[in-house]
Amino acid sequence: MMHFAKKIVLGAVALVTAVPSLVWAGGGEKVDQLIIVADTRVINNAFVKYIADLYNTNTLLFAVWAVVLTAVYGAFLGFLMDFIMARTGLDLKSRKLVEH
Amino acid sequence: MDWLYIYMPIAGMDILWPGLVLIGFSVGVIGGFFGMGGAWMVTPGLNILGFPMAFAIGTDIAHIAGKSMVSTMRHSKFGNVDYKLGFVMIIGTMIGIECGAQLIMYLERLGIVGGVVRWVYVVFLALIATMVFYDFYKAEQKKRAGIVEGEKGTEGITWYKTLHKIRIPPMMHFKAAGFTCSAWLPIMVSFATGVLAGFLGIGGGLLRMPALVYLIGCPTHIAVGTDLFEVMISGLYGAFTYSMKGRIELVAVFVMLTGAAIGAQIGTVATKYAKGYGIRILFGCAVLACMVSIILKQYGFSNSAAVVVLGAISIISLYICVIMLRGAAQELRDKKAQQAASRI
Repeated sequence: MMHFAKKIVLGAVALVTAVPSLVWAGGGEKVDQLIIVADTRVINNAFVKYIADLYNTNTLLFAVWAVVLTAVYGAFLGFLMDFIMARTGLDLKSRKLVEH
Repeated sequence: MDWLYIYMPIAGMDILWPGLVLIGFSVGVIGGFFGMGGAWMVTPGLNILGFPMAFAIGTDIAHIAGKSMVSTMRHSKFGNVDYKLGFVMIIGTMIGIECGAQLIMYLERLGIVGGVVRWVYVVFLALIATMVFYDFYKAEQKKRAGIVEGEKGTEGITWYKTLHKIRIPPMMHFKAAGFTCSAWLPIMVSFATGVLAGFLGIGGGLLRMPALVYLIGCPTHIAVGTDLFEVMISGLYGAFTYSMKGRIELVAVFVMLTGAAIGAQIGTVATKYAKGYGIRILFGCAVLACMVSIILKQYGFSNSAAVVVLGAISIISLYICVIMLRGAAQELRDKKAQQAASRI
């Protein structure tokens, strides 16, 4: 069983390594047909490992996390930059609408 | 120099993270200034960094969604986002994108999709660029002749005025954009741009921004902000679908987004110091660069295409940074002078 699992992981690693050249060779049109598996053995960070595991096992939950994390991080950066920009002394609430 | 590389857990490779931050920053500047996602600019950059192409589009779309969120928040404070118009247009955009995708699948079954898509893209980009430059030329002529229309200054192409005469109910007033028209106008325009976006496999900001200006009649600044709101919604949807297909590298998204957040502030604030036609002309140049890169790609000059795109991004984003820094410095000087005068 372990031997079989090892083979799958090695196959996955080989596939990931080969992906860029496969895509280049196919002119980028065969991307949808590729199956890519993340190699979680080399990941040390617990959260990243969790996300990579999700990628391999639960695509729906991975997709939900991807959208939620992107939105949350985007909003966080938006508020952070707003906080920083407010300290520049610029008027960031009004502008003239001049076309020409 | 190992610290300059970051491990991509899903792709299983190391990538130069300052490169990702730089791409995010440049696209943030340009996207915030023009009101578009800028997927066409990201892919060649990722290519050069050796990013696996299988993840390029999904990663790009997710980063664009986050970046557009930052830009929309800033534009919203300026009053540049007409949310009502944005929501009305989402209906047409979504249906349009689906129809465009179905059309592509039909052509695929017929076996004639290949170069057709790229050439249709080139034709539309050429039309947009021609329209933008012709509009500027016409506005210049009117200005020289002393013809000034409305509060916003001289305008060249005013097709929207004819389209606003269509009075099919329900009529809607868009407060931020400052006009009233049939709700069918933004729905049909967004549907048409959506069909094209779905057909061409792009986000659509490149088509929607000029459509908002020339066909719907938005002031340029409002068109930029409202389009970014649309890009944000469609980007989040795109991020979900590409994640479902396993074509996204989240670590790269966050690294790019960090650079994009800074760039988006610069691009968005720069719109304050630019006139509508300044934005339109630079937008026309970006469209031309995109068009040239596609033609080069079509003839197999992929490296030259990447050079054109990356060169254009560097020049345009630098120019936008200069606009922002000059404008901000001038504003701060004026503010200081005012404070000094009020003390006396």
